[in-house]
Amino acid sequence: MLLSACGRADLSPLNPQGEVAKEQLNIMKISISIMTLVVVVVFTLAIYVVIRYRRRPGNDGIPVQVEGNHKLEIIWTVIPLILLVILGVPTVQTVFGQAKDYSKDEDAILVNVTAHQYWWKFEYPQEGIVTAQELVVPKNSTIVIEAKTADVLHSFWVPALAGKIDTNPAGNINRMYIKTPDKTGIFLGKCAELCGPAHALMDFKVKVVDEESYANWISAMKAPAKLPEDPAIAEVFEKKCLSCHAVGDKGVPVYPDLTGIGDRETVAGILVNTDNPKYKHEGTVYDNLYRWIKNPQEVKPGNLMPTVELTEEELQGIARYLADYKLHYESEELRNNDATSDKEER
Amino acid sequence: MAHGSHAVKRYKGILDWLTTVDHKKIGILYLLAGGFFFLIGGLEAILIRIQLWKPMNDFVSPDTFNELITMHGTTMIFLGVMPVIFGLMNCIVPLQIGARDVAFPFVNALGFWTFFFGGLLLNISWLTGHVPDAGWTSYVPLASTTFSNGPGVDYYVLGLQISGIGSLLGGINFLVTIINMRAPGMSFMRMPMFTWATFVTSLLILLAFPALTVGLVALMFDRLFGGNFFDPSAGGNIMLWEHIFWIFGHPEVYILILPAFGIISEVVTTFSRKRLFGYSSMVFATVLIGFLGFMVWAHHMFTSGLGPVANALFSIATMLIAVPTGIKVFNWLFTMWGGSIKFTSPMLFAIGFIPTFVMGGVTGVMLAAAPADYQYHDSYFVVGHFHYTIVGGLVSGLFAGVHYWWPKIFGRKLNETLGKLTFWFFIIGFHLTFFVQHFLGLTGMQRRIYTYLDGMGFNEMNLISTIGAITMGVGVIFFLINVIVTSAKPRTATNDPWEDGRTLEWAISSPAPEYNFAQLPLIRGYDCYWKEKMEGNREMQPAEPLGPIHMPSPSILPFIMSVGLFIAGFGFIYHQHIVAAAGLAVTLICMMLRSVIEDHGYHIEPEEIQAKGVKA
Amino acid sequence: MSGHSHAEGVLPHEPEKATLEGRNKVLGFWLFLGGETVLFGTLFSVFIALRDQVNGGPTANELFSLPVVAAATLILLTSSLTSVFAIQAMHRNQTKATVNWLVVTVLLGLAFLGLEIYEFVEYAHHGHTFAASAFSTSFYSLVGFHGGHVAFGILWISLLIWQVLRRGITLHTAPKVYVAGLYWHFIDVVWVFIFSVVYLMGKVG
Repeated sequence: MLLSACGRADLSPLNPQGEVAKEQLNIMKISISIMTLVVVVVFTLAIYVVIRYRRRPGNDGIPVQVEGNHKLEIIWTVIPLILLVILGVPTVQTVFGQAKDYSKDEDAILVNVTAHQYWWKFEYPQEGIVTAQELVVPKNSTIVIEAKTADVLHSFWVPALAGKIDTNPAGNINRMYIKTPDKTGIFLGKCAELCGPAHALMDFKVKVVDEESYANWISAMKAPAKLPEDPAIAEVFEKKCLSCHAVGDKGVPVYPDLTGIGDRETVAGILVNTDNPKYKHEGTVYDNLYRWIKNPQEVKPGNLMPTVELTEEELQGIARYLADYKLHYESEELRNNDATSDKEER
Repeated sequence: MAHGSHAVKRYKGILDWLTTVDHKKIGILYLLAGGFFFLIGGLEAILIRIQLWKPMNDFVSPDTFNELITMHGTTMIFLGVMPVIFGLMNCIVPLQIGARDVAFPFVNALGFWTFFFGGLLLNISWLTGHVPDAGWTSYVPLASTTFSNGPGVDYYVLGLQISGIGSLLGGINFLVTIINMRAPGMSFMRMPMFTWATFVTSLLILLAFPALTVGLVALMFDRLFGGNFFDPSAGGNIMLWEHIFWIFGHPEVYILILPAFGIISEVVTTFSRKRLFGYSSMVFATVLIGFLGFMVWAHHMFTSGLGPVANALFSIATMLIAVPTGIKVFNWLFTMWGGSIKFTSPMLFAIGFIPTFVMGGVTGVMLAAAPADYQYHDSYFVVGHFHYTIVGGLVSGLFAGVHYWWPKIFGRKLNETLGKLTFWFFIIGFHLTFFVQHFLGLTGMQRRIYTYLDGMGFNEMNLISTIGAITMGVGVIFFLINVIVTSAKPRTATNDPWEDGRTLEWAISSPAPEYNFAQLPLIRGYDCYWKEKMEGNREMQPAEPLGPIHMPSPSILPFIMSVGLFIAGFGFIYHQHIVAAAGLAVTLICMMLRSVIEDHGYHIEPEEIQAKGVKA
Repeated sequence: MSGHSHAEGVLPHEPEKATLEGRNKVLGFWLFLGGETVLFGTLFSVFIALRDQVNGGPTANELFSLPVVAAATLILLTSSLTSVFAIQAMHRNQTKATVNWLVVTVLLGLAFLGLEIYEFVEYAHHGHTFAASAFSTSFYSLVGFHGGHVAFGILWISLLIWQVLRRGITLHTAPKVYVAGLYWHFIDVVWVFIFSVVYLMGKVG
């Protein structure tokens, strides 16, 4: 009960998995301890005073009028100041600690995040690859995020791993880092700045994998595009989809990259790829792709993907093709450890 | 010495209310209009909570939801609570300092009407279907024409701009009134705390609102005239909006809470039968809070990338405000210590205020620690925090003040039973609604989302929050019933209906006569009326002989000027520049008329005063 | 409200402060100027933040012609001086002199505005229009706002000239004239900052 009160291990700042989030919880704990003390003192005084000094029948006189008490006033000025120092010192230390720039670190993995209405682009400049909606990273690593927006303000937030950073337009790029934990897992990401009607639906994932899986994934992402087998579907796909999207080395990299979309946790960040009926917003990968492509506006009102004109056959063909576009990068270790694409409580 | 003979302009009925420059009537207008907008904001809140009671709900569309949250915040802050604050200041401060009106009665009326028409303009957006939906903070680029194409955000810009004029005028008015028009013997350190709070708040208004004015002008120029303040492609910078908005926005929340602190001081002392513990520290703390309030704005921007030095400095500065606030809380508690506490409705609200506001303040200190804020920011933790301070704090304080001063304003006491029902439903509903929201934030729920997936762990807490909101609504309904039921009763309140009044307003009749004081009183100490009572005097001693009282003339110009601005607002919103110019011309011409036409008011003669027939 | 007693025809030395209404107006106006200081301060901060964002258009250094701006400055500063003379005349109860100096102030103000309009038209020809860049928007907003204040002041003082001509210097007209004088000094001080921060610093870079 208590643990569930701390929230999901893949989502809650109270149940942090990443080092940065753990440091932040530490500050929270210090502040809440001090503040609990304050609240207890105030509540005790208030309850005492309200009971002890209530007007009783027969006791109707004028109480002694007290101007003040210097000693008391000094006490309740000095003690709060001391409490603030106790909170202030670790706060300042952590502020500077978490502002450290790891981008020049040899082992750091650089990711450029670009937020859009209503999706996330992740670019790995060291590897020359681009993906969307799912940030695949190895465990035990330092990920340096440089974040910006392509349109309005958004905010990049993976609560279980680290605090958030706003995504500003190009002149004000922000940097933060995530230190991934020593175990694999999938962590929920959220947009944390009002960005339009679909702000609530702009979820993403951070997928922490083992070294082997990560290496596999990088190579798979660099591999040439796999196009639909059926030439008719391939033609439609190239004409109608690759004018905005990219797979592998083909297409236009303006809108979400579709390489490997078949093994992602969600479609469009919000349609969960599972058959566990838990989120009221799930389906198989095929069903979700079908639903999305058929009517994107129904899923995410106000997003920029139009309803593409496709025959039923073409729609099914493309959905099938994308659902099967899997990169198979997961190592055996990962496949054994990892939960399935359902998000079980840990 | 009389000034020739003036035909005494006295209007009746609605024309009286449209032309009044009497601070007591203007105060009532503020209370009514503020109450009206508060109800609209409350309705918006209920709709929001209904949408959020369960996951993936479709009670309202995402667009409508964003409109609801924008209008709820904007309406509640600018059109709901601020006018009620101004209403109480107007009704009470001149009476507390022994003045016959505020320094600028005409400007006072103008302040009311501009607020009213600005608020009307903003809320008319609902009827046109073009409602602002970029949040009450209206961040760019979302609020720019690129991403918010229709007139919605323009309603926000123009409505607030016009309304803000009213606030600024009110601030200047109270500053001059308090500095120049205190009765003989009323030194600064003998002023009641509510007056001190008004004084510091007015200074904050004077220095904070102009920043908002510039921000709104800049946004207006960008949206309507192709300006580039916030357009990155032309060299503009969106961070400017954040800075300007919060340089206004943070002092704004102290503008909201300081008057409530003043009310609590009045109510707690009266119903404990004890003078305020540590009056000088209370004054000092009020001033310090006001001053520090200008030093902390960037704690709203910890995640925008200001850098560690700024984040560290603003963290510390923000934490510091807890110290003077704590001083106040302890001073209230020690006022009650050793006192004789009577649990009237106003006192219940004041006692409810103290622990509730402390909880809000405590989460504020938690938010002040920047690294923790990287998690809390833009989550429901923040929503919980500011509702604790503004609703649990400020609104409780306003309920306390309204119940406390109702007899002084209207000549009737509100019904105690209904008052207690209001209190209990409101406070219990309040904690139900907002306590769980801290945990929603702490477990990963962002704010301003129109829905959430099932299975996130948010369901139960959202349901509880919605039930709480409805409970609060019931409390408000009890209050409305109370107001209606009470208005049908005869005006039987005595000058000191609570029998323990300490401050000057309780020395005169309820309601006060049109001229407030037949003779300006001589102030012989702090808690001046209590002092007289303790020495066996039923009344204040006069500081001047009975003579003709000079009164300002009523005028329709403030009303017309505000209508002019209202029309201009529409003109700008719909790009009809002729209409905009015409509206502005109306206002300008009225200003010119006001300058050129000399109206020196009229006099109430001693015979009229002695006949006691001169009522408000 | 105003308990003024005076011998007929003799005004006190500082007539604007001799009544409660007068004192209220003067204090209220000082406070208003405090608010205006914050307003212009914010506009200045915005300008300073955006001054280099010329979006490919002309820079401050290329645009500004110091001689014109210096002339405008001289005119406005002089008009501030003449407004002082007007107040001094008012304190000496010299209605004619008061009006004359106010008229000169207004004329100088009009000359300042004329120069500024000429200046803006020149800039527009060089591509420095309101919508051209962040720099130009903030420039026109700041300097234009100031110009708007000058225009309003001219209108206001003209109305006061008319009132003083009709009613003379009284306990009612004196505070109005005094307060208008304060306003005029304020916009002069703002101009000094504009001259320094916008034009001088723009030229020097």
